[in-house]
Order: sequence, then structure tokens, then C-alpha cells
Amino acid sequence: MAQTIKFTIDGVECTAKKGQYIVDAATENHIYIPTLCNIPGVKPRGSCRICSVRVNGRMMTACTTPVSEGMEIENKDPDIEDIRKAIIELMFTEGNHFCPSCEKSGNCELQALAYRYQMLAPRFKFMFPKRRLEATHPKLIKDHNRCILCKRCIRAIKDEEGHSLFAFARRGHNVEIIIDTKYSKNMTDEQAREAADICPVGAILVKERAYTDPIGKRKYDKQPIGSDIENL
Amino acid sequence: MSRKLTIDPVTRVEGHGKVTIHLDDRNNVIQSRLHIVEFRGFEKFIQGRPYWEAPVLVQRLCGICPVSHHLAAVKALDVIVGVGPDGLTPTGEKMRRLMHYGQIFQSHSLHFFHLASPDLLFGIDAPPAKRNIIEVAREFKELAVQGVMMRKFGQEIIRATAGKKVHGTGAIPGGINKNLSIEERDYFLKGEDPLNIDKMIEWSVAAIELFKDYHRKHRDMVDNFAAFPSNHLSLVRKDGALDLYHGVLRAIDHKGNKILHDVDYQNYLDYIGEEVKNWSYMKFPFLKNIGREEGWYRVGPLARLNTCDFIPSPLAQKAFEEFRAYTNGKPNNMSLHMHWARLIEVLHAAEVMKELLNDPDLQRDDLIAEGERCEEGVGVIEAPRGTLFHHYKVNKEDLITMCNLIVSTTNNNEPMNKAVREVADQMISGQKAIKEGMLNAVEVAIRAYDPCLSCATHAMGQMPLEVSLYDAEGELLDIKTK
Repeated sequence: MAQTIKFTIDGVECTAKKGQYIVDAATENHIYIPTLCNIPGVKPRGSCRICSVRVNGRMMTACTTPVSEGMEIENKDPDIEDIRKAIIELMFTEGNHFCPSCEKSGNCELQALAYRYQMLAPRFKFMFPKRRLEATHPKLIKDHNRCILCKRCIRAIKDEEGHSLFAFARRGHNVEIIIDTKYSKNMTDEQAREAADICPVGAILVKERAYTDPIGKRKYDKQPIGSDIENL
Repeated sequence: MSRKLTIDPVTRVEGHGKVTIHLDDRNNVIQSRLHIVEFRGFEKFIQGRPYWEAPVLVQRLCGICPVSHHLAAVKALDVIVGVGPDGLTPTGEKMRRLMHYGQIFQSHSLHFFHLASPDLLFGIDAPPAKRNIIEVAREFKELAVQGVMMRKFGQEIIRATAGKKVHGTGAIPGGINKNLSIEERDYFLKGEDPLNIDKMIEWSVAAIELFKDYHRKHRDMVDNFAAFPSNHLSLVRKDGALDLYHGVLRAIDHKGNKILHDVDYQNYLDYIGEEVKNWSYMKFPFLKNIGREEGWYRVGPLARLNTCDFIPSPLAQKAFEEFRAYTNGKPNNMSLHMHWARLIEVLHAAEVMKELLNDPDLQRDDLIAEGERCEEGVGVIEAPRGTLFHHYKVNKEDLITMCNLIVSTTNNNEPMNKAVREVADQMISGQKAIKEGMLNAVEVAIRAYDPCLSCATHAMGQMPLEVSLYDAEGELLDIKTK
């Protein structure tokens, strides 16, 4: 049986199993730490940095840092919240995110975070990059305008032998997600839906399945992202 | 010395345009034009996007009648997904119809009560400070409240069917993404007074009476103001009934002779051409079989009541019979009668909404139909302002390769120019001094068409009106801006 340890988040005493990542331990203690690249049950990468917390005085990513006995974590500190908001703003300005016509609107984690953090207008300059929309795959469309390079699809969508169906291509600021044509040849409808659902934004879309969730029934229509954890 | 008057911006209409009027040495009008000076380019930037985005993206042409664009686009996509206009499930089609008639109801109410009524209640010559909705609310409180509540009712219908009041997502290729719950239905059927359908019907009847009363008192002005013969075009149901959601294309000339015989709108390019003129961003559509010079036509409430044979709802049909009797069954070519026709449609929309709200098909769960995919589709609908065309081509990868939109106000381009000319001739020609009221008269003529200039050029912004005064050498003498 895993050892139970004690730690605090914003001064509130919490318990967790030894070895648990901070973000998972916080969730079990009904404390929300925002995430984007993290997928519960899949090895974390800490690439988006939105889950940054201050651990014993140092900034760490909550999805990759295990809790330890007596750890003091700061989560809702105004400076940390502002850093998170800045990360969200950077993501919006770095890509082309036109929420009004995006079919992921209402189910989009990036959009939901922008609402939660009350992003009105980004403090950074829009880059308006020229990005592609790829529709050659029979089941999926990739809209690179919206991709935040979180690698969720690469890490979560695999064939029966464990091959990732998605990968990174190109380098530096030109890096983008590609679908492996060899391994994705036999992609099932279920895998295609899973890939679209695992994408936190509207970068991976299942062909011919759009806007089926009516407004009011979408994931974040009624409650801000994180409410499910805070209200557990 | 000749002069040029410019009315810029035109006010109390949707969008941005200006009017120029050229006068000769004796202040006779030698040329007058309505210029549309905005440009947006939706037809271009929808290219390369997945086809299912079109109904949600292209509706952002407009914040007043986005439902019309939403539905026209989705009707074109119904064809592309192989369902076609006749293949929808009963729930899919009826939910869309409810959405559309809610839209007609709210948009027409907005136009009549908020935009047009100040001219009727205070007079075309009244000072601008008086001639606005705030003064209507101050002096005719009950009427203003009716206008606001009628618009609200229509907007709530849209919210219940499309998900939200402006720019919803309800209609999807092949159907709809929600039905109408019992609670939503009862909100409209049994809502607390005045927000229920019976009160809306009662107020719609009263609005027609209001116009008729105004007509009785100002018969000469209403009948002669910007009255001119024209062709008329609209959708009609296959049996000739007024149908604002679907039908065949019919056009008549000013005497009532059919010049387009109930044709399938999928072939609209065989019948309708668009001419470009170098002084406006708005194109000039015309019927090909008549030609560019004489083939222009009116669309909208007046055209619809001229082309249809009857209205399939009892109270509106009774009002329609009276409307048709006024011109002895012949087409009505009087621009200000557009308000009369519009209010009859408001009543019809209310009656249709009541019928649909009582239809149990709206509570069923069969929302989407499927068919065999093809690469091209046309969707046409009768928007509040008139016939609206959406045409898309889609490649094998599901991306849009071509989009052509002919919006209602574009169809009314030449008639509005004609109306401006008529009023300029009547009110301005030969006058020694140009008064503000004369310029408003020009606007009243444009306003009767309820133009949405944002849609027409696929542009955004408020619609200002500016009048410039030029001498014979083209030197600017004066500008009056509203």
C-alpha cells in the first residue's frame, strides 16, 4: 500500500500517495491546477507550462513534479496566476485562433482557460502566422492554425503495437504535427474520434462531424474549466 | 453652376453607404446614386475551409439576420451531403423553419419599430433629434415596448433553436443539432404576458392597423413616394403559397406577367447574372432572359407578396387579400407599401410559429439525415430583406473551393438606386435650397428596403450618410454628414 504523505497548497493541508504528481494530488484534494498538455494516465511532458506552481519557493511544473512530505506549494498566488494568463495569451497570439467559427468552441480547453483567466485582449502582438490546413487524411483534418504543440495526440493515440499515429515534423518555429501515413492507414473511426477529443484545441477534427453538440450542452457552457475538480 | 450632393452616411439602416446627387445650374437632378463603400470578402476567405464551417462562419456577415445566412448556407450543404432540400427529417426541417420564422419576426419588428417608425410617427421633415427610437419610446411608450418585446420574442425563438440569439450553431448539414424541449415550447406557448405567441399575434395585427391608419392619413405620400414599376422575384412554394424557407424561384414583371416560371434554384446561374459597376462594391443582379438594362428586379416583402398566390395562414391571408385588393390584384410597385407587406409577413411569421410550436415533431430525436456526398450545392432562402443565394463547391478533401453569395440587398441594388432617383427628382430637383428633411426623404426611400449593406458587400460597420455639394467643375462646395 502506497505511503500517505502530507503537504500544503496555499496553506491548506493536503494528503497524497507518495510518488503522485502534484497536479493529480491537487485534484484529489479538490484543488484545481490548470493543465493543457497533461493527460491523466499518460506520462507527463511539462511542455505547456500552464500548470506552473511555486514549490518550496521555486517554479515547477505540477504535472511532472511528484509531491513529497512537507512540500509547500503556492498555486493561487497572483504572480503565478498572471504567468499562467500570459502563457494563454502567448498561445492565442502565436497561432490563429478564431473561436467564433471553430467547431471546438465550447469544448476547447484553451478557450475555457482564457475565459477562466478573464483574458480580454492579449498583451502581446498577434503574429498571424501563415499555417496550413491539411485534409488529405480520409478521416481527419489537421488545422495547424490552432495547434499548440502539446503532443497529446503523439502520446495518447497509438496503434495496437504501440506505434504513435502522430509525430512532430520540421524543426524550430516550423515544427508541426503530422499523421503517420503508414501506421494511420488502418485508423478506426473510434481512434479518429479519440484523436479529436484528446486535442485540447480544434487542431484535429473528425471529418463530417461538427457542431453536433448544441450550444448550452457543450463541456464549458455552464461552468468554467476546473469547476468539476473544485466542486467534487 | 452644377452641384453634387452627398449623403454620407445613410442612417438607420444596417451597414455603410452613401448617396451622391448631381445637380445642374438650375438645381435639377442629373444623376443620383447609392454607393456601397464597404468591402469584406467572405466569399474569398471561406475558400480552403471545411465545408461544415460555412453556416457558422459565413453567418458572421451580419448581426441582424445571421440566421438567414446560417440557413441558406446549410441548405446548400444539405445538397452537398446528399440530403437535399426534401430529404431532411421532419424534426430537422421544422426546427429550421421555426428558427427562420423567429428570425423574420424579430428582424421585421426591429425594422418597423426601431428604424422606420420614427419617420412615420414624427414625419420625414421632423428634426433629427426627434426622428429616432428614443423619442418614439418617450412619446409612444406602449408602441416602443411592443417593438422591443416582439423583437425579444423572435430572438428567444432563435436562441431555443440555434443555441444563442446571434450566431448560433443549430443547423448542421443534413439536419439540426437539437430539438425543442417541452419546457422551451411552453415558454413560447404559455409564457407570462406579454411574452407568448398569442400576444405576438395580437400585436402583429395591431401593427398592420397602425400602418393602415397612417396610410389613410397620408395616402398621397405613401402611394406616390418612390413608386416605380419593376420586376419582382422571390421563392414561392410549389403550389404558389408564400414560403420563406423553401420553394421555387418565381419572377413577375410590373404588370404581373410571369417572367421566371417557378424554376429550381439549383440552376440559378442559368437565370440570374450579376453586373459590376465601377462606383459601388455592390453588384447589380439581373434576369438573364430580360437582359441587363431591364432585367433588374425587387426582392423582399413587397416582391414576395406580389409573386405569391396566397398566404397559408388565416389572419395573414385576410390581410394579404386586402393588400392585393388595393391594387386590384395587380403587382404593388409602391416602395412605402413595403412596410405594409413587411407587417403582413410579421403576422404570418407569428401564425407559422404558433403552428410549429404545437407540432409534436419538434420533440422527436431524429435530427440528422444522411445521403451520398456530391461536390456542389446551392441554398436559397427568403431572408427578411429578400431572396438570398448561397452557392458552394467542395473538393474531395471536404474543403470549399468556391463560394458565391447573392444577398437580398444586392438583389435590391438597382431598385434602391431607382428609389433614390425618384425621390431626388420629386423632392430635390429644382429646389432653391437643400434642407435636411429632403435628404432624409432620400434615406426614407432606401430605408423602406430595409437594406443590410454590410451583408451586401459582406462588410461591417454602422451606416452613415453624407451629402456632398459639388459645382459644375466638380469642386466640392459643401458636405453634410449625419
